[in-house]
Order: sequence, then C-alpha cells, then structure tokens
Amino acid sequence: MQADLIQEARRQAEICNACRYCEGYCSVFPALHRERFLTDGDITQLANLCHNCRGCYYACQYTAPHEFDLNLPKALAEVRRDSWESYAWPAPVARKFHTHGGAIAIASVLGFAAMFLAIRLIGSAGGDGFYAAFSHGAMVAIFLPAFFLPLASLAISLKKYWSSVGGTRIDLKSVARAFGMAAEMRDLSGGHGDGCNFEEEDRFSHARRHAHQAILYGFLLCFASTSVGTLMHYFLDMPAPYPLWSLPKLFGIPGGVLLTGGCVWMMSLKLRSDRTLGDGNAWGGDFGFIALLGFVALSGLALYVLGSTAAMSLLLALHLGSVLSFFLLTPFTKMAHGFYRLTALIRDAQQRQA
Amino acid sequence: MEHDVVVIGGGNAALCAAMTAAEAGTSVLILETAPRAYRGGNSRHTRNFRCMHKGPLGPLVDDYREDEYLADLMKVTAGKTDGELARLAIRSSEECLPWMQDHGVHFQPPLSGTLSLARTNAFFMGGGKSLVNAYYRTAAKLGIDVLYEAQVTHLELAGDQIAWIDFSHGGESHRITPKAVVVASGGFQADTEWLTRAWGPAAKNFLIRGTPYNRGMVLADLLDQGVQSVGDADQCHAVAIDGRAPKFDGGIVTRLDCVPFSIVVNKNAERFYDEGEDVWPKRYAIWGRLVAAQPDQVGYVIIDAKSLNLFMPSVFPPLKADTIEDLATQMGLPADRLRSTVDEFNAACGDQTGFHPTELDGVATSGLTPAKTNWARPITEPPFYGYSLRTGVTFTYLGLKVDENAQCSTQEGPIKNLWAAGETMAGSILGQGYLAGFGMTIGTVFGRIAGREAAAHAS
Ligand SMILES: Cc1cc2nc3c(=O)[nH]c(=O)nc-3n(C[C@H](O)[C@H](O)[C@H](O)COP(=O)(O)OP(=O)(O)OC[C@H]3O[C@@H](n4cnc5c(N)ncnc54)[C@H](O)[C@@H]3O)c2cc1C
Ligand code: SF4
Ligand code: SF4
Repeated sequence: MQADLIQEARRQAEICNACRYCEGYCSVFPALHRERFLTDGDITQLANLCHNCRGCYYACQYTAPHEFDLNLPKALAEVRRDSWESYAWPAPVARKFHTHGGAIAIASVLGFAAMFLAIRLIGSAGGDGFYAAFSHGAMVAIFLPAFFLPLASLAISLKKYWSSVGGTRIDLKSVARAFGMAAEMRDLSGGHGDGCNFEEEDRFSHARRHAHQAILYGFLLCFASTSVGTLMHYFLDMPAPYPLWSLPKLFGIPGGVLLTGGCVWMMSLKLRSDRTLGDGNAWGGDFGFIALLGFVALSGLALYVLGSTAAMSLLLALHLGSVLSFFLLTPFTKMAHGFYRLTALIRDAQQRQA
Repeated sequence: MEHDVVVIGGGNAALCAAMTAAEAGTSVLILETAPRAYRGGNSRHTRNFRCMHKGPLGPLVDDYREDEYLADLMKVTAGKTDGELARLAIRSSEECLPWMQDHGVHFQPPLSGTLSLARTNAFFMGGGKSLVNAYYRTAAKLGIDVLYEAQVTHLELAGDQIAWIDFSHGGESHRITPKAVVVASGGFQADTEWLTRAWGPAAKNFLIRGTPYNRGMVLADLLDQGVQSVGDADQCHAVAIDGRAPKFDGGIVTRLDCVPFSIVVNKNAERFYDEGEDVWPKRYAIWGRLVAAQPDQVGYVIIDAKSLNLFMPSVFPPLKADTIEDLATQMGLPADRLRSTVDEFNAACGDQTGFHPTELDGVATSGLTPAKTNWARPITEPPFYGYSLRTGVTFTYLGLKVDENAQCSTQEGPIKNLWAAGETMAGSILGQGYLAGFGMTIGTVFGRIAGREAAAHAS
C-alpha cells in the first residue's frame, strides 16, 4: 500500500482523535477513538468503514484554508482505493480499472456482446425464446466460471484484508450486526437520522442513502430472480421464458426498475457533489461502474419489453455482454466495495465487543 | 436594499438574534467580517452548551437546576457576576435547547463521548461549525441576507440613537441606516496591540485559540463614544495550550490534558506551581495565567512512559527521548538544571500505592516547594516525553454593559436602537473565570432577547 496516502490519513485522523467533535456521525469515529496510535492496518480499516458521506467535512473547523487542511473523506477515499488495489488479485487489473473504468466497461460490454452475437451467427441453438438465440448450455458454460472466478478472486482479496486489519475468528453476532448496519445503511444516516451531506454542501439529505438502497435492493432482487430461474430450470424442469406471474419476473421486474432508477439517481448525485471531497483518481472508475450496473438493469428491462421483437438478439447480446462484464470486473470495480464494507463492519463489530 | 434590523457579527449570538428578529417579521441583514469559509467566529470552535433542566431534556440526563447552575457560576467567578442577568441566562437556557433543535442543531446522544458532562452540557453533533451551518441554512430559509467580508468600522451614535453604520465590503465603504442594530461581534482578543496595552508586552507571546476576526473594532468604536462598559481589559479566559499551536484558530485540539501527571517547568527548568492541585478540567484555566507569568511566557511539561496513555491524545506528538538530558536539549532547556529538578522531585515522591488517575488521590510529594499534592509519581521510566505550553486566550471580558433586555446604554440612559449579545457583552455576567459551555448559553439567550427587542423596536 502507498505509505504517503496512509501517512496523510493518519495525520488527519490524529487531529480528529484530539478533537472528537464528529464522534456521532458514523462508525469511523468510535473506531478511531479506540486507538491512541493508529497502525497502517487501523487506517485501512477506518478507510473501509467510511462511506464518504462528508458529514465530518462540513462540520470540520479545520478544513482549508485552515493550515491543518483537513479533508478526511478524501484522505480515507484514497486509502480505500489503494487498499482495494493492493489486495486485489490479480492486482494490475484493478489498477487499470480505477484509472480507466469507463473505457474498460464500455469496451468489455461491446466485446462480450460481439462475442455473443458471433456465437449466435455461428448457429442457432434451436431452443425457445432467448434460448433460440443462445443455447442454455452455452450460457452456463460462459456464466458459471464468470460467476465463480470473481468470487474466488474476491475471497483471496478479502482474506488479505482481514489479516491486515487484525481480524479474529468470525462470530455470528458480529456478522449479524454488520448485516444490520449494511441493510439500513446506518452510516449514511448522519447519526442524527437526517442523512448525509453528499450532494449539496452542508444540507443533510437522505438522497444518497436511498439511492444506494435502491441499488442494493434492486441488485439483490435481480440476483434473486436469476437464482430462482436457475433453480426452476434445473430442479423443476421449468425453463425460461417465464410468465409475468412467476417468481423470476416478480423479483426481476421491480428489481430491474429499482436498480436502473437507483443508478441514474446515484449518477446525478455524483455529478452534483464536490469532487474534491472524494478520491479524484477513482471518480471515472466509480462513475463507469454505476453506469455499467445501470446498463445491466436497463438492458434487462428492455429485453423484457422488446423480447418478442427483431431487436431481441442484439439486445440480448448487449445485456449478456454487460452482465458478463459486470461479473468479471466485480473484484476490480466499485462493486468490491460492498464486500470490503461488509468485512470492515464485521471487524468493527468484533472490536466493539472486545 | 434597506433592512429593518442589522446584526453585526456572524457567530452564534448574531445568528440567534437574526433568526429571532426575522421570525418576528422584520427584514434582517447580517454583516460578517470573515469570509464564508471562516464564518461563525469563535462559535465555530465550540463543543457544547450548558443548560439548566428540571428533568431529562433532549440529550441531557437527570436534572440540573437553577440553584446548582448558579452555584457553579458563583464558584468560578468568585461572585463577580451580575446576579440578575446570570439568573436570566440560566433560567432561559432551558427553553433554548428545544429552540436550537427547531432551528437545525443536532446534539450528540447522551452518554456517548469521553467527557462526563452528560448532565450539565449538551454536545453539538459535529461541534460548533455544524451548529453555525445549521443556523445559516435556517437563516437563508427565513430570508435573512448575509454579507461576508463585510467589516463594520463605525456606528454613529447621535444622542440616544445609532444614526448609521459604516462598513467596508468588496473594497468599498458603505453607509446604511437601519432602524435597529444588534452588536454580536465578539471580544478583542485577536487585536494583539490592544491585548498588549491591557496586559503588557507579555501578550505578544499569547496564542489566540479562536478566530482572528474578533478584533474588537466595533467595541472600541462604541466605548470611544461613551457607551457603557463592564469588565476589565486584562480579564480574559486563558488556558495553557500546546506551545506549537498556530497563532490563531488552533481551536480545541491544541489543549493538553497531561499536566496532572507531569512536572511543569519554566525555561530555567524550575517548577513553579502545584501540577496536582485538582482534576484537570477544573484547573485547566488557571494555567494560562501561570504560564503567562513565566519568562517568555512558556512552560514545559515533562512526563514519563507510564503516564502517556492517561490523558486525551494531543494533536502534535510529544517530544521523546531516552534520557532527561536528551529531552532537555530537544526542548532548549538547561540539561543539568532539568536533571536536578527531576531528581529533587523524584526524591520527594512517597508512597504511590493509592495512585488513581481520575480522582484526587492524595499521592503527594513531601518537603518540596512547590509541592505536588496529587498524582505525584517519580519521572523515571524512559522514554521521557515533553510538551511546551503557551498561554491561549479564548476571549476577553471587557465589553458592553447591557440590561435584561440586552440593551446598551450611555451615562444618560438606554440607547434606543442598540442591543448587544454574546461575547461582546459576556462581561456583564462573567466578571472573571469561566464555566464550560456558558459562552454559548450567554450568546443564545441574549441573542434571542436582542433579536426580539430589535424587531419590536423596528416594527
Ligand atoms: C476553542 C474554543 C472552544 C470553545 N468551546 C466552547 C464550548 O464548548 N462551549 C461554549 O459555550 N463556549 C465555548 N467557547 C467560547 C465560545 O466560543 C464563545 O463564548 C461564543 O462562541 C461567543 O459567540 P459570539 O457569537 O458572541 O462570538 P463569535 O462566535 O466569536 O462571533 C463573533 C463574530 O463577529 C464577527 N466580527 C468581529 N468583528 C467584526 C466587525 N468589525 N464587523 C463585522 N463582523 C465582525 C466575527 O467574524 C464573528 O463572526 C470556546 C471558544 C474557543 C475559542
Ligand atoms: S473532522 Fe474536523 S471537526 Fe470532525 S473530528 Fe475531525 S478534526 Fe474534529
Ligand atoms: S465522510 Fe462520512 S462516513 Fe466518512 S468519516 Fe466522514 S462522517 Fe464518517
């Protein structure tokens, strides 16, 4: 990890530790106050607990032009990105994505879409509906590894993270607390319940929290839809396409709408927010990731609406291309943050108990 | 644009006055000399507000009644207070807390935090700057106009009225004639010249804990025109802070809590006061004056390894050395002299089995002058740590004398359209000493009164 980034975050965190005015805003400050001397691992852990809500920035009497020049959200964001890059496996891919995220996302979606189209052109699979375009076997052959490889990669990364922050044996209570925090996104509620300061200076609002929840729950619904579909396919011998009143659709349609809307909302918030309070180097990558995620959802919805038209195979290729890109890029994109955050919250819960 | 009420200053007292006046239906203008980033004066550095309450209230637990509050005030001021105004401030504080919440202030939940003041003081979530931000947002909603970098230079007192206000803004001078004026522009501690006149040359070495913008310009202007004053120019709230703190605006983080576990010496490496006199929050304030009385207005704190974790982390790391001599050299102290001061102190330490860091433990030296009457443990365990101390001024007490309506006066009687609130009139209540969280109480209570009265006069 980059020593200068950690050192700068440590300098700022030490000022906070002497000040403590922000103690109520989020999980970062109580964690910070537990230690008198902050190790590199402590700083990494703080960085991954921070949600970049900016509450502490607007409350701080030491921001520039003050000579202490505090900008904790930015300092932690830089350490956070650096930690993901350092722990990512294989690492070079991660670094590239954070600097060229948008371009890589577009390139891979188009590339994979072309691949799917090529498969399509080489020969129809002779099935019904979407499977007329691509055989189910082909999809599984492509998506199964595309699903498990990134998970394996993430597991390796998180293991490195866990040992760097001194994690101990995981207990159920800590996990439950961490999931509770994440489910409510309590760290984005500002501690007082009025929300955070993301998009309009010191005004508190729940916009980012709600947009983020829409993305999270939209994603989970879409994921549930796909999982249920897979189970139905294999265990109930009920292949796609599914009617409107079926579980995959009942999960998938609201999920797709939530996810699309959430991503658009998040992008608009991001455009309005002050870029100097985040990690300037990751801005493009983050934005590219949200756009990609939104496109996955949107193309999925479009496929549902236009599935019986001539546009279907092109749409399907694009949708599958984006899904595949999304999965494969997961360990190296902002998507990884969810896994890191949850891990950091589990570690935080452990430390609260200790 | 013409406004009914003009409020001078942009801190807590000014904002409370402005919001109250606007809610009473008048048009209000705030003139704040600081740029936007530094708006809010000393208020932006605060942490809490001392509040009377008869039962649990907002973040406050148990109760804290008028008599106890007043007794606490009497103790710190040694009776130098205007009893009527003090009672008014204390009694009104109770209704202030919900009012503050209604105007956007968030408080820390009770029982969080490291300070055991959950009964007497309500802590702002995010500190004073978030309070100031909340008030500016509310002020904007109320249609209050704010000019930043607007320095008021003169109020023209004609008979029993303020006839006009002169201020500079955007490189030009302006003159306005509001119906009513509220002065809430703080003390004069940032004007080193004035401090030096009041204190003598020693004041050149003082650090100013808060805003560089409270230079007492309006205060001096009004006093020159015969507006009645209270307090003495050399009375101020001063504490001993880290000697490496910036000249201005170092704020809360420059405090040092290590004195009770240390010995403190001057630049000749001699001790000069009982470091263990009382628990630190109580004794914190007297060290500002003690250090101010030492040569070059500096002090040096020496502790050893066993004390390092007993106090709040400090913003600058301590100097560190394996020997006392080495530490002395790093601090620019005479090494052999420090060695013998430490040796004498160590030899005077007795039985330490009763050592208890958070209460008066009676672990004292014997046969030493000055004695250390609590927490006296020999400085023997390397590494040794050192901090320098300087006098940090919080605010000055010389101010405008006001009545229970926050109204200012001359010898001839009240000035019909002039009110004052906050630090600029705090001397009316605080003759000396200081009670944690009382500055914000005075500002909020008298800010609201001044706003109410100014609006009533203007409409
Ligand atoms: C580090 C620190 C911590 C403190 N902590 C606490 C605490 O926890 N609780 C507490 O109760 N008190 C605390 N105090 C004291 C408290 O800050 C003051 O009592 C209180 O803020 C005074 O408020 P005010 O509105 O009167 O003055 P200020 O907030 O200082 O506002 C004065 C305003 O006047 C403006 N001004 C000055 N001259 C002019 C001019 N010529 N023209 C126009 N504008 C002008 C300034 O820019 C400023 O905005 C603390 C002080 C410091 C320095
Ligand atoms: S961000 Fe600023 S106000 Fe908040 S704890 Fe840190 S130093 Fe204090
Ligand atoms: S930006 Fe928000 S989440 Fe991050 S440390 Fe500051 S208050 Fe906490």
